[in-house]
Amino acid sequence: MPNGVAQHHILSVLVENKFGVLSRVAGLFSRRGYNIFSLAVSPTEDERLSRMTIVVDAESAPLEQITKQLNKVIPVIKITELSPDEAVERELMLATVKAGAETRSQVTELAAIFEAKIVDVGYEAMTLMVAGTPEKLDAISDLLAPFGIVESQRTGRIALSKLARQTTKLRAVKDRGA
Amino acid sequence: MKLTGAQALIKSLEMEGTEVMFGLPGGAILPVYDPLIDSSIRHILVRHEQGAGHMAEGFAHATGRPGVAMVTSGPAATNIVTALCDAYMDSVPIVVITGQVPYAVIGSDAFQECDTVGITMPVTKHNWLVTDPQDIPRYVREAFHVATTGRPGPVLVDVPKDVANQMMDWYWPDAVDLPGYKPNVKGHPKQIKDAARLWGEAHRPVIYAGGGILKARASNALKALAEATGTPVVTTLMARGSFPDDHPQCLGMPGMHGNYTAVTSMQKCDLLIALGSRFDDRVTGKVDSFAPGAKVIHVDIDPAELGKVRRPDVPIVGDCRLVIEELIKAVQSNRQKREWPDLTPWWTQLREWQERHPLHYEQLEDGPLKPQYCIDMLRDHCPDDTIVVSGVGQHQMWSSQRWKFNHPNTWVNSGGLGTMGFAVPASIGAKVGKPDRMVWAIDGDGCFQMTAQELVTASAERIPVKVAILNNAYLGMVRQWQELFYEERYSEVYLSPDLPDYAKWAEAMGCVGFKVETPDDVVPTIEKANQIDDRPVVVDFQVDYREKVYPMVPAGGSNDDIILDPAHDKSVGR
Repeated sequence: MPNGVAQHHILSVLVENKFGVLSRVAGLFSRRGYNIFSLAVSPTEDERLSRMTIVVDAESAPLEQITKQLNKVIPVIKITELSPDEAVERELMLATVKAGAETRSQVTELAAIFEAKIVDVGYEAMTLMVAGTPEKLDAISDLLAPFGIVESQRTGRIALSKLARQTTKLRAVKDRGA
Repeated sequence: MKLTGAQALIKSLEMEGTEVMFGLPGGAILPVYDPLIDSSIRHILVRHEQGAGHMAEGFAHATGRPGVAMVTSGPAATNIVTALCDAYMDSVPIVVITGQVPYAVIGSDAFQECDTVGITMPVTKHNWLVTDPQDIPRYVREAFHVATTGRPGPVLVDVPKDVANQMMDWYWPDAVDLPGYKPNVKGHPKQIKDAARLWGEAHRPVIYAGGGILKARASNALKALAEATGTPVVTTLMARGSFPDDHPQCLGMPGMHGNYTAVTSMQKCDLLIALGSRFDDRVTGKVDSFAPGAKVIHVDIDPAELGKVRRPDVPIVGDCRLVIEELIKAVQSNRQKREWPDLTPWWTQLREWQERHPLHYEQLEDGPLKPQYCIDMLRDHCPDDTIVVSGVGQHQMWSSQRWKFNHPNTWVNSGGLGTMGFAVPASIGAKVGKPDRMVWAIDGDGCFQMTAQELVTASAERIPVKVAILNNAYLGMVRQWQELFYEERYSEVYLSPDLPDYAKWAEAMGCVGFKVETPDDVVPTIEKANQIDDRPVVVDFQVDYREKVYPMVPAGGSNDDIILDPAHDKSVGR
C-alpha cells in the first residue's frame, strides 16, 4: 500500500439502507472503469441510512465525473468529498506476526509504541490489533515486516468531516477580556 | 379494500394512465395476467420479449409518454435486456414489469429463475424487487416518476409470484418520496446570463441540438431561440425532427455520416451551443480535434453530461425547454444593450459549403435501383407527418440524411446502442401510440430478419404498419467498412437477395408483400402500399449493393478528414 493519500480521494456517501445499494454503487464503479481503493460500509445513527466511505483512485477518472455519476444512483442521498485536512480518518488492522521466543519481546515492544493490542498469542506468532490513521498503520506494517507478517487485514478507512470550530465564539471571549 | 399483489399491480398501472402494454405471459407472471382480463388496459401479445421492449420504446418515442411492457421471469427477462439497454442509451422512458420465481425460493436456482434486478441494474435508471405486496403501488408510482422525469430512461419492477398472490390493503400514494432523486430542472440565472453574453460575442455560432430537445418537448422553444439569434442549427441523429428540416436555418445531421456543411460548421464555429446533446463519439469524431476553436455552452438535465467529454465554458443544468425559454429572454435583453456581430459572412460561408457539397446519389433510369431513390420517393409520396422508424446501418443513415423531418417525434431509431432489429417492433409501438399517423419502417434486410416475426403480432392485432426493406443482400454497413478499411476482404457479410423471399414471408405473416426491382416500379408500389390500411405491408426493394453511405468520417478520425462521395467530390483537385 502506498504511503500518503495524495493520489486518492475520500468520498463519504450517505445512502438509503436498502438491500442492493452496495451492488449499485460497486457496479457503477466497475462499469465506468473507476478504481475503488478501499470501501467501508455501515449503518449510521439513523437506521434508514448507511454511510459508505469510499477511497477512490483519482488516476482512474476525474473525481467530478465519479461524483456526478454516483449522484445518479437513486438511493444515493449525499456525497461529501473529504480532504485529509478536513476529515478525521481512521483504520483498523489485524496482523499476525512471527514472534518466537527470541523475538517476542521486540514485537511486544513495538506493539506498545504503537498502542497496538495483542489479541492472540501462539508458540511461534502473535496477532496484533492496531487502530489509527492510515499512515500509522503503514508505519507499523513496515516495522513489523522484518519479523515476518504471516497474515494481515485492514478494514479500509472510515472518515467523518472535522467539526466546525466556532471561531466567532472565541473572538467574543477575547473581546470580553480586552 | 383488500387486493392481491397482482390486482394491485394492474390497478397501479391503470392509475398511472397506462392504456396499452406489450407483453407475453409465462409461469412466474401468471397471477398478474389474470386481473388483466378485467382491466381497461389493452395488451398486445408479442412473439418475442425483445419485441415487447422495442414496441414500448417506439410507443414512447412517438407519443412522449412512457411505454409499458410485461414479461415473465428468466429467459423472458433476459430477452428484454436488449430493449432496456437501448432505452437506457437513448433516454427513452419505458416501464418493464417482470415476473420472478416465488420470493421464498429466490437464490435456489429455481425453474426460470434469473437475477433480473442484478442483470438489469447497469441498463436501467433504477429497478425494484418487490418483497412485500404492500409496496406495489408505491414502487409503481416511483417507477413511472423515475422513468419520466429528469433524464428519462427505462425502469424495471421485478415481481415474485408469491408476492403477486399475497393480499394487501389498497392505497394510492399521494406523492413520491425519493430523498436521493431530485432532478434540477431550472437553469441557474447567472449561467444563463453568461451564455447570452458569450453568444453576443460569437461570429460563427452553431446550435448543436440533441435528443434532449424532444425529451423536453422543447421544439417550439428551440425554433424561437434559433430565430431570435439567427444561429444555424444542426440536429443529431436523435434530434431529427426537433427542428424542421425545411427551416432555412437547419443544416441537418452532423457526425460520422452527417452532411459536409453540418460537420464542417461545427469544426469551424467559434461558439457551440449544445442543447440536450452529449458529445457522442459518432458526432465528435476524434475529441481532441473536434470544434477546436469553439467555446461551448452546454445545457443538459443530467449534470454528469456536462464536462464528461468536453469541458463547457458555460455549463447549465436544467430542463431544455425551461432553460431555452430563459435563454431567449436573456438573449433579447443582451441584444438591447449592445450590438451582436453580423452573421452574414458566416451564413455566406455555410451556403457556399451547402452548394459545393450537397448529399449526392445518381439513379439511372435503367440502372440498378438506388436505396436513396427509394427513400426519396417514399418521402415525396407520404404525408408530411409520417412517422419513420429505422433499424441500424446504411438504411438508417440514408433515411436520416434524406428524409425531411419537419415535426418532432416523427423519427424513431436506435441511436446509442445501435440495435439491429429495432425497426419492425418499434414501428408497431409507434403506430399503436399514434394510430392516425402513417408509420413506415425503413429497414435493412439484415435487421428485418432479426425481429420480423413481430409482423405476426401486427397482423393479429390489426396494426397496419408499413415496412420498406432496402434489400442489398448484405450486412451493408459492415460490408462498407470492409470495402474501405479492410481492403475489400469481405468476411461473413453476404445474406442473399431472395433467401428468404421477403414478399412471401410477409404474406405468410398476414401482411401484404411486394417486391420492387426496377426504378419505375418504386412509386406505383409505394402508392399501392399507402392505400392499404387494414393490415401491415412489406415492400422488398432490391437495391444496389455497391452503394455506400457518404460523407463519412472514419471511426476515431478527425471531422476535418471527412470523406466525400468520390463520384461527386467537387473538392478533388482543389
